[in-house]
Amino acid sequence: MTHFFSVLGIWLGALFTFAIFSFLYKDNPFYKIAEQIFVGLSAGYWFVYTIFFILMPNLFNPLLQDFAVNWIKLIPAVLGILMLLRLIPSIDWVSRFPIALVIGTTSGIFFLRYLKSDVINQLTATIMNPFHGANWVNVVGQILLIVGTLSGVIYFYFSKKHEGAFGVTAKIGIYFLMVSFGAAFGYTAMARISLLIGRLQFLLGDWLGIINP
Amino acid sequence: MATAKRKQLDRRWLFLLLFVGVALPLIFVIGFPIETTENVRMVYNLVENTPPNSKVILSFDYDPGSKPELHPMAKAMMQHCFDRDIKVIVTALWPMGVQMAEEIFSDIQSKNPDVKYGIDYVNLGFKSGGIVTIQSMGKQFREVFPEDMNGTSIDEFPIMDGIKNFDNLSFVCSFSAGDPGIKQWVQVTHDKFNRPVTGGVTGVSAPSILPYVNAQQQLTGLLAGLKAAAEYELLSKVPGTATSGMDAQSIAHLIIIIFIVIGNINFRRDKKAEKRGE
Repeated sequence: MTHFFSVLGIWLGALFTFAIFSFLYKDNPFYKIAEQIFVGLSAGYWFVYTIFFILMPNLFNPLLQDFAVNWIKLIPAVLGILMLLRLIPSIDWVSRFPIALVIGTTSGIFFLRYLKSDVINQLTATIMNPFHGANWVNVVGQILLIVGTLSGVIYFYFSKKHEGAFGVTAKIGIYFLMVSFGAAFGYTAMARISLLIGRLQFLLGDWLGIINP
Repeated sequence: MATAKRKQLDRRWLFLLLFVGVALPLIFVIGFPIETTENVRMVYNLVENTPPNSKVILSFDYDPGSKPELHPMAKAMMQHCFDRDIKVIVTALWPMGVQMAEEIFSDIQSKNPDVKYGIDYVNLGFKSGGIVTIQSMGKQFREVFPEDMNGTSIDEFPIMDGIKNFDNLSFVCSFSAGDPGIKQWVQVTHDKFNRPVTGGVTGVSAPSILPYVNAQQQLTGLLAGLKAAAEYELLSKVPGTATSGMDAQSIAHLIIIIFIVIGNINFRRDKKAEKRGE
């Protein structure tokens, strides 16, 4: 029986893969069916997951097991319910209070962490002796890092007209930005092709058995 | 305008060409050479230099949507850890990360039955909260994960002996498809608790994570996309799906490059023709 369901799962996977791929030819009912089943399944999965893996272990179970110790968990529970009042237009203003709390808390936590990790530590990593390196490749890399960082930041300084030496530096900054956009595009292309490879490895391996999965 | 339309290739031909270009190298293996890069070697050396019986966290922060890219590197890394007698504690900031880890572990265990659950490996399951959860783990690990994914107390597992916070771990490795993921591990585990962090990311998120591999060693190397997974498989001498996919990846990139070049040549020709007033 387990084998039957395993084979059925592989066949369903293959058929849904083709149904989704068929959109590349043109929009069609097979694609629409596959898309809507995917959306429905995802919604159902997340609904069940939220109840069994978030609400139950973090709220219901602790309250039922030891209410005296865990009663404080009622506060986030009430705030969560207040957020849902957004669905009732006449009292939707109440939901602003829990949203304000979430935004305030998140900002506070993120401000500290991002300031340290994305500003101070990134800046510190750029403050170096560029000529201190094991080989010339390192030295060139470090010089490029410093020049790229400074010129890139200068490009985003808009309180002075980009002309003269300042404009040339900003122009160099643009070239560095363009290289980084190119790298990002390259990585994205690689990622998308990797997904296609994953699907084809499934079709040719698990489904057809032509290759070793 | 009519001329421009005639030159427009139906994009479906390109899709078909890419499909065939990816499928054929998977069936008929070419075996293009794979060169290792510094970032991947840093990750590999981190595991190599970790003493046997050390404990590490592998955090599975992805779902099936990113499986083709992240699964091969996660599998190679877990196998490498077991080969080095390193104990693996699995956590997940994404709900389906739990199943991803279990799939890899059961595959490894089927080939190597000596690897035991609770002694060499434990799966603590999914925990919501992202960065807040990681901060709490750094202060009091056992309060965040009192049980494993099956609801068994972690006190019953030898692998969890002495684990109180990040100080008791050699490093943290996150396989990350987005938020929450490797960024949060860097921000908290390295930048607050000063423990080494490494990991693997999808190609799409690599450009935003790579700056953390810097002189401050916010990240100790990074596995970026399928190519890095293939490099890791090569270094750990366990060829897998990433290695077999690299031929297809190279051919697909070649096709994309050729079409970009053809597109640009046509664009130049059109511009020249416009100037001439044709």
